[in-house]
Amino acid sequence: MKLTDQFPILIIEVPLIAAALMPIIGHWRRKWCMPFATLALSITSMIGYYLMLAVNKSGPISYHVGAWKPPFGIEIYFDHIAAFAFIIALFGLLIVIFSKNYAEHDLEEEKIPIFYTLVMLTLTGMIGFTVTGDLFNLFVFMEILSLSGYALIAISGQMLTAMASFKYLLVGAISSLSVLFGIAFLYSITGTLNMHDMAKMLEVARAPHVASVALTLFVLGFSVKAALFPLHIWLPDAHALAPSPVSAILSGLTVKMGIIGMIRIFFVIYGVHSAINVMPIMEILAWMAAATIVLGAFFAFFQNDIKMMLAYSTISNIGYIVLGLSMAPFDKSKVAYALVGSLVHVFNHAMIKVLLFLCAGAIIYRTGLRKLSDLQGIGKKMPITLAAMSIGVISIVGIPPTCGFTCKWFIALGAMEGGKSLFAALLLFGALFIFAYYIKILNTAYFREPTEAIANVKEVPLSMLIPIVILAAGCLVLGAGTLGYVPIKFIEPAAMALLGR
Amino acid sequence: MTFLSKLGTNFNYVISTLLFVIGLYTIITKPNLIKKFMGLNIMETSVFLAIVSIGAVRDGKAPIVESATKVQYVNPLPQALILTGIVVAVSTTALALSLMIKLYEQCGTLNADKLKEFE
Repeated sequence: MKLTDQFPILIIEVPLIAAALMPIIGHWRRKWCMPFATLALSITSMIGYYLMLAVNKSGPISYHVGAWKPPFGIEIYFDHIAAFAFIIALFGLLIVIFSKNYAEHDLEEEKIPIFYTLVMLTLTGMIGFTVTGDLFNLFVFMEILSLSGYALIAISGQMLTAMASFKYLLVGAISSLSVLFGIAFLYSITGTLNMHDMAKMLEVARAPHVASVALTLFVLGFSVKAALFPLHIWLPDAHALAPSPVSAILSGLTVKMGIIGMIRIFFVIYGVHSAINVMPIMEILAWMAAATIVLGAFFAFFQNDIKMMLAYSTISNIGYIVLGLSMAPFDKSKVAYALVGSLVHVFNHAMIKVLLFLCAGAIIYRTGLRKLSDLQGIGKKMPITLAAMSIGVISIVGIPPTCGFTCKWFIALGAMEGGKSLFAALLLFGALFIFAYYIKILNTAYFREPTEAIANVKEVPLSMLIPIVILAAGCLVLGAGTLGYVPIKFIEPAAMALLGR
Repeated sequence: MTFLSKLGTNFNYVISTLLFVIGLYTIITKPNLIKKFMGLNIMETSVFLAIVSIGAVRDGKAPIVESATKVQYVNPLPQALILTGIVVAVSTTALALSLMIKLYEQCGTLNADKLKEFE
């Protein structure tokens, strides 16, 4: 009985206990909330790092909660996809470090412990969501992360935030309910809640119609969480009006949970060879994703508000990820370029979008302005922040030396390989649009003279600069050179395992 | 006839689907936010009803083993799941109501059509 055997449960427990202790610490000494959150998330990310290395070395880890054997007890299944929990903890840590100045500056003092409690809770929900192997647990963790997310949007108490939060809550609750209804249907035909057991039972059950109704409900629910095209209406307001660190969490990490839910449902439960063939769900998703890419980029182009622009760009990028997922080749002769590309893009987009929202937050922190037209010449006043933001911009467009290039290249390769060149064309079209609207940011930041409104603006304090610089370095290093292959090398066995090879 | 008898034996799914759709209809059509949220609560109840009814067994006993004789038991797992589900639903309701209080303080109305003018 070693401590390392208990790591799969500790990665959920540590942030959860920290969230429970946070109000007590906040009541005692408000200043200690942020160091405590930093400590808890450092421990969590170290545990995550250990588990990631262990998975890479010797394959998936199955942990039985309370030593109850899987189909009866709850299983934590830490595979290559669950390694995203490490990314959540690490980026959560960077965001918490960034929020120190934000929380002191923008929030009332008694709200600071609540803020950190909610951040820890939402991160706990996400980590639990990625690592669990039990379908009902998936729902519970989804509710934990969503509920604390709704509350975080409205935490500043400013005008309109409550409205954005309520809109998100209503749509999010409907999506959670449709996922729960799907779970009910699957449970009624399989009699189990463990994902791997359910996959086996589903083949025996021979109830393709019930299974496809459940699949429809799951796709509906997770598409809302991931903000696919007709179901994206809640996202722009929620992500743009939330405080900047919260936007970074929501946009970089929370929307990815919809994607991870889809991966679990499509590849683990329904698997390669059963009810997924009853209906052309992948075809439908591919078209929804294509529409998401083009329309997200289109709307982003006309935004003047810098955070609104980033929010629409999130919608567009979710389109890329889902497009790659939907083109996963189920016949064994083909290489799974698209799937690898989209899994890498889950990680890359998290990194880029957290970076961009933190940069936007830094700009808003110093200037109080969020309209692009007010921010002319900001690059001369805040050189480091804007340099990092430029790296983020170049990455999200997908220009070669940065990390955004590889995944988009892989998704396009997958589209060509699957004989769907139309999607490859749409993908390139979307990338061009993205380039067009991000060039606007670079243009106003560097090639205009500073206006009077920002004449006295200084660079942001060190605690904000550190996370930004780390993330920008990550975008550069993980895109090219020897380290550039690390995410792909890591993701490839995951894709193979998902396709059952 | 077989279709009708099938409907009769599976009436729990029919009712819960009906309630689900009624709730969704309420959310989409009613402008008042509290009514919208009541629709959501109807949807929640419908899903809970569906899950609880999965575990039901006609003439089933509570699953407490008292003697060695064979008795039909009700499946307790769905009920345990629904307890969790109810807790989640209650906290969603609490959060939504507190958001509505905030909205009413700021805008003075809970009508979705009038709230659009504030955006």
